[in-house]
Amino acid sequence: MSAVNIPPQFEIVDRPLDTQMTISMGPQHPSTHGVLRLELVLDGEMVVKATPDIGYLHTGMEKLFEYKKYQQGIVITDRMDYLNPLGNNLAYVMAVEKLLELEIPERAQTIRVLMCELQRIASHLVWLGTHALDIGAMSVFFYCFREREKILNLIEAASGGRLTPSYFRIGGLMMDLPSGFERRVGQFQDGFIKAVDEFHVLLTGNRIFQNRTKGVGVITAEDAIDWGLSGPCLRGSGVDLDVRRVNPYCSYETYEFDVPVEQDCDVWARYMVRMREMKESHKIVAQALGRLKPGPVKADAPKVVLPDREAMKTHMDALIHHFLIVAEGFDVPAGEVYHPIEGSKGELGVYVKSDGGPKPSRVHFRGPSFVNLSALPHMSEGAMMADIVAIIGSLDIVLGEIDR
Amino acid sequence: MSTGTDSDNNLPESPNRDLSQRLTPSQLVTAFGRQHPDWVSEIREALGEITLVVPAAHIVDVCAELKSGAETQFDFLSDICGADRGVEEEPRFEVNYHLFSTKKHHRLRVKVLLNEGEAHVPTVTGVWRTANWHERETFDLMGVVFDGHPDLRRILLPDDWQGHALRKDFPLRGYEPYSLK
Repeated sequence: MSAVNIPPQFEIVDRPLDTQMTISMGPQHPSTHGVLRLELVLDGEMVVKATPDIGYLHTGMEKLFEYKKYQQGIVITDRMDYLNPLGNNLAYVMAVEKLLELEIPERAQTIRVLMCELQRIASHLVWLGTHALDIGAMSVFFYCFREREKILNLIEAASGGRLTPSYFRIGGLMMDLPSGFERRVGQFQDGFIKAVDEFHVLLTGNRIFQNRTKGVGVITAEDAIDWGLSGPCLRGSGVDLDVRRVNPYCSYETYEFDVPVEQDCDVWARYMVRMREMKESHKIVAQALGRLKPGPVKADAPKVVLPDREAMKTHMDALIHHFLIVAEGFDVPAGEVYHPIEGSKGELGVYVKSDGGPKPSRVHFRGPSFVNLSALPHMSEGAMMADIVAIIGSLDIVLGEIDR
Repeated sequence: MSTGTDSDNNLPESPNRDLSQRLTPSQLVTAFGRQHPDWVSEIREALGEITLVVPAAHIVDVCAELKSGAETQFDFLSDICGADRGVEEEPRFEVNYHLFSTKKHHRLRVKVLLNEGEAHVPTVTGVWRTANWHERETFDLMGVVFDGHPDLRRILLPDDWQGHALRKDFPLRGYEPYSLK
């Protein structure tokens, strides 16, 4: 019997320990990076079970590929992982080139590496800005987007598009780099290492950031492999695996770079891996810049690669080839390939199956975000509600790629 | 046992482990096919990729063996994707499992061919947990049923969606406007 009269709404009620509550997080939640819905079963503030619900952005892209000619498919790939469009372009065109058994000129290969590594930095910058924003550090976002803007300007200078460049073509590139491009990349390169150090000053030593990330979202190396994690998420769990190293493409084996690996298996480790990766990409860009020598950027395959604009006006056969490629497309020998590359988020694999015609019979994208997200329930078991936000941020998902 | 410096000169080394490391993936797969003749119906090599065609009934055994085998060690399931070979074709569907080894760094495609009437495959979620979402996606878009899957629901399309969108007889533009009921 208490002496004080407590109004009923403030009365302390003994809640049975097994009382659980199911809440829906998203699809409009800002920290779900798009339209991801999580069905969370909570016990107090502790997450008992998290079930991702995806498909809100499903646009049937894989179906669409089957109705488009091979070269028309490139623009669809841009719209999957819209933070790493050049990586998607590369995976797709390389898969088709493998079917066609095309040889790509060296300059085109080097430019592909150069652009993809710039794109990787840009993708990691968006991840860093939004990840920090989710956790509560707002100013990092502006620093990241300042640097990303420079990269987008470079991509725009080369391809004409910022978010959807479609710069790579089957057999090479859309066109050569504009004049003065090397100088502009050099300018970006000069300031970038200082910018990464700035990010470190803003976040790495920050005690709140450390408390929010260390020991959160732990997944062991064994589980990470079992769940199919790839990219920085896998390397954050201490597995030294990078497709650029183990199955090299675009002569990545000739570039010198380290594959950052962290042993802590938590959100912090994944943060450190990506921070170090940006510097490695910076190194690769510098090497690629040094290798740029004049030369062709398109393969010598007139039935596949569009001819030069000038040649079209003066040569009859160039005009015919141009007409045939645009109007009818080109036939790709029957067969199937699975081509994996190291996207900014992990192993980006493209499966292309051809039945011999100008349109693919089946195109399937193994999106790293899709697979990484499937491990979220495993990582978030027993975590606090607020940690979910940190874990989603550390997975670096893009819903466009998950839902396709 | 010879030490490392001695064995550098003479190529045929004695320890089995070193020999197996030199086996190319195609040799490995051929050896695998010889060990388990019932499990492998065909081995294809094209464009630098190896495909192992397996009867649907044995897919779990094959995957478990490829994962645990000392020489194969395919511990990483990259991808599962279904494909429709065409309405007229028989077997109409195929399911491709893209395997990778994080230790040996080689890749392999395991393929299962399915007739239209019996588009059922046993699930491999018991071998790799990552198969869960891949199989759900294949079920959702291709209509292949994975028997024994712990949670076989649609994943990308709504629960009450009719049909399977990636089948060749499913039109690009729908039968009728879809409305949320």
